[in-house]
Amino acid sequence: MSAYNIIDHEYDVVVLGAGGSGLRAAVGLSEAGLKTACVSKVFPTRSHTSAAQGGISAALGNMGEDDWRWHMYDTVKGADWLGDQDSIEYLCKEAPAAVLELEKYGVPFSRTEEGKIYQRPFGGMTKNYGNETVQRTCAAADRTGHAILHTLYGQALKHNTEFFIEYFALDLIMKDGACKGIIAWNLNDGTIHRFKSHTTIIATGGYGKVYYSATSAHTCTGDGNAMALRAGLPLQDMEFVQFHPTGIYGHGTLISEGVRGEGGYLVNSKGERFMERYAPKAKDLASRDVVSRSIAVEINEGRGIGKEQDHVHLHIDHLDPKVIDERLPGISEASKLFANVDVTKEPIPVVPTVHYNMGGIPTNYKAEVLTVNGSEKTVPGLMAIGEAACVSVHGANRLGSNSLIDLVVFGRAAAKRAAELVKPGMKHDEIDKNETDRCLDRFDKLRNSEGSNPTSELRLSMQKTMQSKCAVFRSEKTLKEGVNEIRKPYDGMDSLSVKDKSLIFNTDLVETLEFDNLIRQAITTMDSAYHRKESRGAHAREDFPKRDDENYMQHTLSWCNGSKTKINYRPVHRSTLTNDVQYFPPQERVY
Amino acid sequence: MVQLNLPANSKVKKGQYYKDKTGSKNIRKVNVYRWDPSKNENPRLDTYEVDMDNCSSKVLDILNKIKNEIDPSVAYRRSCAHGVCGSCAMNMNGKNGLACTKAHSELDGDIDIYPLPHLKVLKDLIGDLSTLYKQYESVEPWLKTSKINAKENIQSKDDRAKLDGFYECIMCACCSTSCPSYWWNGEKYLGPAVLLQAYRWIIDSRDEDRKERLKKVADELKLYRCHTILNCTNACPKGLNPAKAIAEIKKMLATA
Repeated sequence: MSAYNIIDHEYDVVVLGAGGSGLRAAVGLSEAGLKTACVSKVFPTRSHTSAAQGGISAALGNMGEDDWRWHMYDTVKGADWLGDQDSIEYLCKEAPAAVLELEKYGVPFSRTEEGKIYQRPFGGMTKNYGNETVQRTCAAADRTGHAILHTLYGQALKHNTEFFIEYFALDLIMKDGACKGIIAWNLNDGTIHRFKSHTTIIATGGYGKVYYSATSAHTCTGDGNAMALRAGLPLQDMEFVQFHPTGIYGHGTLISEGVRGEGGYLVNSKGERFMERYAPKAKDLASRDVVSRSIAVEINEGRGIGKEQDHVHLHIDHLDPKVIDERLPGISEASKLFANVDVTKEPIPVVPTVHYNMGGIPTNYKAEVLTVNGSEKTVPGLMAIGEAACVSVHGANRLGSNSLIDLVVFGRAAAKRAAELVKPGMKHDEIDKNETDRCLDRFDKLRNSEGSNPTSELRLSMQKTMQSKCAVFRSEKTLKEGVNEIRKPYDGMDSLSVKDKSLIFNTDLVETLEFDNLIRQAITTMDSAYHRKESRGAHAREDFPKRDDENYMQHTLSWCNGSKTKINYRPVHRSTLTNDVQYFPPQERVY
Repeated sequence: MVQLNLPANSKVKKGQYYKDKTGSKNIRKVNVYRWDPSKNENPRLDTYEVDMDNCSSKVLDILNKIKNEIDPSVAYRRSCAHGVCGSCAMNMNGKNGLACTKAHSELDGDIDIYPLPHLKVLKDLIGDLSTLYKQYESVEPWLKTSKINAKENIQSKDDRAKLDGFYECIMCACCSTSCPSYWWNGEKYLGPAVLLQAYRWIIDSRDEDRKERLKKVADELKLYRCHTILNCTNACPKGLNPAKAIAEIKKMLATA
């Protein structure tokens, strides 16, 4: 191995990722007086939180009566009873305060006539435990994520958080089962940096890019998840991949659920509002897994639109153009740009598109990472938040607008917990040379790959396999094929080709490292899906169409070493956090 | 007349020519600015023949095609691919924009792709935005209020509407790097992107620091280097109007 010069840093806490959850954690940590580094491969406002459109859920009750317990019930039901109810209670109870805090930070929320935060209806969000639609989703037009992300970055600047921007994290530094920091590569000047920290908070987002068509950004490669796998830790519930019902056909750009919240509806080639058949009560505002499956059935049964009959239409042309202009300006722009559609006159062609990963690094509601060794135990020095984490509040299916609230509630929780565990200026352990070498050996090996398979080809093969074998509907046959096929691009890395050998902004190598991260998550996703022989939330098995609470009311845990996985399970938490609310026992899930 | 010449090691040389290997009949020539800091070489312009029959509609799709199928070493920033993250700002046929929202059908002839003008180039199409980011910090982009109430700040719909056209900025820097005044005085003049951000906080009805904020930007160099050239507004890929924001700040100062 060629020698890399290593620059050492010592921080009380390192936050990895600067999206909504990472920034919220960084703000809290800086407020608590902890010396905090926030390391990100992109400038903070370029993080994928910026793409969130419709809103952030919280039972503020600005638009009629609401209660956090109703929000909790909706989330439990949306999750198809795979969510941990102690964590869900925490999320929904803390949500209103978290949104008010964002408003005070300066988020430019849309307003009601009285000047309060505007809230819109969203899928699965109801009044009185499933009775009628409620307006719970707080919005800044249809640019809520952008507004929140920019505001949180401003807060982090206010609190003098130290940023390490365009640093690509390579691996966690582990010692006796505890995390002692991270190693990162500075793209700006090619140097290698070792950050020692008492707590490392992974906030690296989802891994949507294992699929061919996703609303996810190019950078959504789940780097933190893969780092956890390489550290010998499991990922949880990886088979639960959310397909958003309305990605723009052919391009994958997200069209917010807020569109249906504001009165938009779906039609098939016969002009039928087909959601009435699948969800008589909630119709177009059923939860995302339900709407996506309904679209898939319409298409499979020949009622899709277009030459290939492979998409459906989303109408908002009946809405007052003023409402569209005020509340949905961003989707008008996106529809024009990517579908060449004037939304005031024509429908938007849409198709279910990979959007969100419910699975990720298992944590408790304090954001501490869990592993399973006989019983649940925490991994000292390691936390995870946001889409990278599986708390699990979203269980088998996340409700729209529950992700932004997840970011800020658990970002804040992580900062609080870290402030309890870490005191400013505590002494750091020595880092084992082996640990650094293990990380840099992998880096160096990938960098000097002289084989014949370009990263882009392996990535494409992975994405096509995931798209065809691990889609909205799955079966023993497709998954079995998938389990075999998904290992081919992994094996292809034996003869990888990396053309650029330099160290400054070597994006060829960045993409190779990202692919190495993605493929491990693709494998755990496929294997987890294969082993779950039931249908629950976003995991729909044609051969096992029913939910099986007796055998599968359990979280899947998957370890991955090379392309070998180990699958295990841990029970879903069947109790609430406090006596403020009763446990919601499993019911049949109808919308 | 003053004669200006680039230093010898900055002159852009002719680079490599990548001939089409697909046999496509629908070829477009794409010239891409290349510079590798690890090599002691001049910048160069590489030319790629791209098969347009199998290429989606945006300039970013062309770059991705080049990177995936022809030359993986081309370096550029990109992320969301739909105009909200601001990563892929670059200069295409002489005009700044986002590669992910710019349709190549709107560009005539061969396509020339350069980094944003007047930034220090870090590699290929990647420019150094650290000065702009520091300037952004200097306008203290956070709400300043002494109110401590349990509920949210009340803001009327009209007051909130004043932020429209300004809060949407994605900090891609297309505007600032199209501004001749910013080219010459980029260290001291805040430039359109940052002044637009400053204005967004100045006019937020919830903010109590308006006077101080105005005072902070009321400076010969920070603000008044704007000579209403309006390249900024012309360049903004989000359809925002930084020139208007600057004019409004000047007006507020003049009438204060």
